This record gives sequence, C-alpha cells and structure tokens, in this order.
Amino acid sequence: MAARLLDVRDLRVEFRTRDGIAEAVGGVSYAVEAGQTLAVLGESGSGKSVTAQAIMGILDSPPGRITGGQVLFQGRDLLTMGAEERRRIRGAALAMIFQDALSALNPVIPVGAQLAEMYEVHRGMSRKDARGRAVELMDRVRIPAAGQRAGDYPHQFSGGMRQRIMIAMAMALEPDLIIADEPTTALDVTVQAQVMELLAELRREYAMGLVLITHDLGVVADVADTIAVMYAGRIVETAPVRDLYRRPAHPYTRGLLDSVPRVDHGGGQARRGHGEHGRHGSHGGHRGGKLYAIKGAPPSPLALPPGCPFHPRCPRAQEVCRVERPPLYEVSAAGEGPASGTAPASGTAPAAGGRTSACHFWKDELDALDAVNA
Amino acid sequence: MPSTPSMPETGTAEPVLEVRDLAKHYPLTRGVLVKRRIGAVRAVDTVSFALRRGETLGIVGESGCGKSTVAKLLVSLERPTAGTIHYRGEDIAGLSGRALRAVRRNIQMVFQDPYTSLNPRMTVGDIIGEPFEIHPEVAPKGDRRRTVQDLLDVVGLNPEHINRYPHQFSGGQRQRIGIARGLALRPEIIVADEPVSALDVSVQAQVVNLMEGLQDEFNLSYIFIAHDLSVVRHISDRVAVMYLGRFAETGTGREIYDHPTHPYTQALLSAVPVPDPGARTRRERILLTGDVPSPANPPSGCRFRTRCWKAQERCAAEVPVLAVPPGLAGAAAHASACHFAEERAEVSA
Repeated sequence: MAARLLDVRDLRVEFRTRDGIAEAVGGVSYAVEAGQTLAVLGESGSGKSVTAQAIMGILDSPPGRITGGQVLFQGRDLLTMGAEERRRIRGAALAMIFQDALSALNPVIPVGAQLAEMYEVHRGMSRKDARGRAVELMDRVRIPAAGQRAGDYPHQFSGGMRQRIMIAMAMALEPDLIIADEPTTALDVTVQAQVMELLAELRREYAMGLVLITHDLGVVADVADTIAVMYAGRIVETAPVRDLYRRPAHPYTRGLLDSVPRVDHGGGQARRGHGEHGRHGSHGGHRGGKLYAIKGAPPSPLALPPGCPFHPRCPRAQEVCRVERPPLYEVSAAGEGPASGTAPASGTAPAAGGRTSACHFWKDELDALDAVNA
Repeated sequence: MPSTPSMPETGTAEPVLEVRDLAKHYPLTRGVLVKRRIGAVRAVDTVSFALRRGETLGIVGESGCGKSTVAKLLVSLERPTAGTIHYRGEDIAGLSGRALRAVRRNIQMVFQDPYTSLNPRMTVGDIIGEPFEIHPEVAPKGDRRRTVQDLLDVVGLNPEHINRYPHQFSGGQRQRIGIARGLALRPEIIVADEPVSALDVSVQAQVVNLMEGLQDEFNLSYIFIAHDLSVVRHISDRVAVMYLGRFAETGTGREIYDHPTHPYTQALLSAVPVPDPGARTRRERILLTGDVPSPANPPSGCRFRTRCWKAQERCAAEVPVLAVPPGLAGAAAHASACHFAEERAEVSA
C-alpha cells in the first residue's frame, strides 16, 4: 500500500503552565487517505485544535511542546524536517482554514493582495499575474464581482464571504490536504450550508484530503467519511461515519449523540437505554421530553483522572476503569471476538473502514445498544 | 405604522405579556461635532406577540435579525421607538423610576455568555444576592444567605460554594449561577438570550433540562431566544421565526417545524445539519444565495424577497401581513408573512 496522505502516530503535546504540566494531547493517532474526509469531533479542551496546530507546525511554543510521536505527510515526518523544507510544504501541499476569518486575515492589506502573495512567494509569479490569479480564485469561491472586490479589506466583507476568502487562500496552490478548524462555527446556518457545500465541491474537484475539526455532530454527519472522537486529549473512538452514528462503541460518543436535540424529531424523541440510567420517561408537559445529559463536565488537562479519563462521567464505569487506562481496542463486527476487547491496536490509526474504541467495555456497549434497538 | 395581528394563542392560560407593534430604530448619525441624522437601523420593526403563563415562546433567527434587541426591549434595557409592552394590563414601555423597578422584579434575564455576565470580583453569594439589594422586600436582610444557598441548591450547585468566585466554576456551572440570579426575585417571566449556545454539547443538555424543570416548579414563562433551531424546537411550545426585524412565521413547534409555509423558514430548516448520515440523501437542501441585507436599508415590501426563489413583483410592492394565509388547512394554517405561503412536503424536516 502506498504511504497514506497524512498519518499521525502517537502524537503527544504538553503545555507547561504555572500550575503544572497540562497534557493537551496524549498519544493521538489518525490517518487520512487522498480524497477522503476525516472529521475530528470533540468538545472545547479535547485537544482537537492543538493536534492540528502541531501538524501544521504553528503550535505556540513555549508554552506548547511536542513530546513524542510522528506526523507522516506523504510518508515523510514533518516533525523531524528542517524549517525551510517544512515551509515549502505548508501552503503548497498542506493548508489550513481557521475558524475566525476576521482575525486570520490581515486587516490592513486588501484581500486580493493577500491571495496574490501565495502565488508570488510560492510560485514566483509577477505581481500582475498573481493579481489576475487572485481574482480568478475569488471568482471560483463565488464572491460576486470579484474583480472589483479584490481591492476591499477584510472588514468590508460579511462573515460568510470572509470565510470564502479563507477557503480561497487555502485552495490557492491546490494542496493535497486541507485542515479546516471549525470552518463554519461562527456562521449562521444558511451561510454555513453554503460554505460547507463549497468546501465539499472543491474537495471533490481537486481530490484533496480534508481534516474537518468540529464540535457539531450535524455538520460531520453530512460530509465525513471517517470520524475520530476526541476526549481529554485522546481519541476515544474511530469509525466510518455510518457505524459511528448507528452503533457507537464508546459511552462518550453515545452520550453525545443522545444529548443533542434533533430538529427533525418532534416530541417523544427516540431514546436509547443508557446503562444503569435506563430509559428516561417523558417529562411532565414538556415538548421534547427530558434530554439525556452526560453528568459532570470535561476534566481539566492539568488533572486528568487516573484510568479512563471519562470514568467519572460514565454510566458504565467499573473498578477497572478507575485503575487501568483503556488502550484503543479494535472493534470487530458483532458476534465475533472475545467478550471484552481483542488485541489492543498499536500506535497507528486503523485501516480505512476499521474501527477502534478506547473503552474496556465496548463490546457490552454495542450489545446493550443492539438489545435496545432489537 | 400598520397594525399586525398578534400571534395565534394556544392553551387557556391568560397572557402575562402582550407585545404590540414593537419597534426599535437606532439612529445613524454623521459628523463629529454637529451630528446629523442620516437614517436608522431598523433592528426591530413592528413585532407583536403574547406570552402565556407557564409557556415557552422560542424566537429563532440568524445573527442581526433583531432577536436580542427584542430581549433588551422586554427587560427595559432599551426603550422602544414605538409599540407597547403590556404586563398585567399595564404598558411598561414608558415606565421609569419606582414603577419600572417594580415591573423589572417580575421580568428577569439570563444572558448568553456566562464568562462575561458574572462579575469576576464578586463571590457567587454576592452575585446571586445582589438583586436583594435593589428589592429588599423579597428577602429580609437576615435571611439572605440562606435564600442564596437555597437558590444554589435549586439550580443544582453545592450550597457550600457560596463564597467561591466565578472563575472556580466551569462554563455550565456558571450558567447555573446566571440562572440562579435570574430566579432570585421569583419572577414570572424569564427572558433567556442564547442561554446554552456558549456551552459544550454535553453540558447544553444539562442546562436545558434544568430550565425545563424550573419552569414546571415555579410556573415560569420563558422567552427563549436562540439561533439553534434544534434546541428551540425541544424547549418551546410556540416558535416565532424572525428575519430582519420582523416575524416571518409563528406557530406551535409542530406547525413551524413539520409544516413550515414561509420560504425563509423552509430554507432555514433545510440548512440545519442533522446528526444522521442517512439523512443527507433523504432531505432536500434549499441553498439561499447571498447574505442578509442591511437593516439600515431593508428591501421594500417583503424583506426576504431579495433571497427568495418565489419572489414576484407583488413582493416588492406590498408588505406581507403576518396572518393565517387563506386556503391553507390543518397544521399549515398558522400565521405566515408570505404572499405565496404554501407547504413544501419534501422540506419538512
């Protein structure tokens, strides 16, 4: 098999703070093939953005520090590469889209000039040619009257248009992989739909790989091929998108899925049994009934609980969860393998279509789900 | 200003709040020394509705549609340009001084951002107890500490943490503190402006459940303002969809979400991502073109016409009234401000 487009192996990042060492990323492995979309799903503080910053080489250090792991991009380790070599790859082959376009764009330079700079620096084009390409690019991301607007400054564009300019900048040199960090979180739903559609269309057209970082379970369902769920700096589950939504193999994933109200479900939203919490009855007089809620709050990265970091919030937690940190188990098809877990997966991401779960009781979790659905 | 009919009312409880033709225009001025008025931002433009005891009215809309301005008007943080707000039969829009203070006790607010709406230099006890300084009749001085501890208990926080500061709490806990402060004066109405949108998904559900529980316990009426259509559907009895300072469509949750007749509502609903990978093939997506026009210079006639695929000449000339469109029956027969209101079976989520 040819080298994967991006293969992150056992990446570790820590932050040295006055209050101690925070383990922001504790051994993350994920992989993206060419033309595929990997969604990294997690709440704030789960380490999803820090992982992306480490891959791009834009981690603030100090206080951040990469303490281990490899980031293989087209077979070559970005972390051991020289700064100049890495700079040539970044922008040309590997680009990033940020959440907040207003602070990611330079406020005192017209957007056309900012886009043109990509061609001047990386392709050595003349200023005039580069300008021409910049306008073409703005047209490509469907900014109306691109020729006239190239001279405008970022603050003169609306939020959705600014995000299009960010996308244009990332696409400029037709990279092989784009990392998009919450690209639509700051946008309204109707604009969000436009921007996601554009991103998906461009990805198909150029057959790029895409890493989509988000906290929104809805956005991910529409565009991802594979999903990696992060919690407290670790990946707790990796699965093809349909499997993850239909049969989550980690209690955290399942809790997340059950705690979001659905716009397409009215009253009496279908509830799945939750460990010893059992079914929640309908709530007196209320429209959608009581939502399932994961108890507690995510842990501080300065003081991660021992064992499984999710155990204080987990309805399935047993003694072993408090003591032993679960490795990423390979999740096999239902009915196969031993009662609880097979051989732990090593520090690499599963092959395409494979599944992993960092829960000692992933098998029980799946069985309980099947029992409820049956 | 044309009078628009108020929202259709469900249930039998009497209305606690009646809003009629409410408008707020912010003046646009030019010049430094001599300020000349060159126009106005029509943030809210003739909005009417009624809120009944114990019910939740959800207001949804995109950023800039005026939903937060409605919230500020309801709690008298802003003065309306026109229109009336009747609370217990009295128009509170023009009140000031002692009379306003008395009314404010009964209409409280919960803010969006629990990180900036709590004073970092005050303890939780002082924050929740501060309303009693202004309204000493609610809790006598000697009793206050106990009252505050009771409130902490009610919102699911440890009463022993009364002397802690906001930074010692997580986002979800801070929002609980904000809710406790809103409850302190035992109000009848709580206006919640995006109360869960700053919270993580796993914590959002806890706060939504808490708000629903408190509503049952204290018979509260909620105005629940949010941009998240899923959360609004979950918590609301009735929903108003707002666009550029006006209500586009109002009705019960089922009417709005399952039988939308206004093109804007239909587009909005079709754009909501659903956490179900199978849904992407089943649901048709209406992609709106362009952005929301500026409220300083709204389009003539129907405000949505510049982005609407159904727009005709009549839409530019004639302002559509928020009323039940003739010819619609069943759940589709609810107020919709569109000349060509009709159901689209395939978009109902």
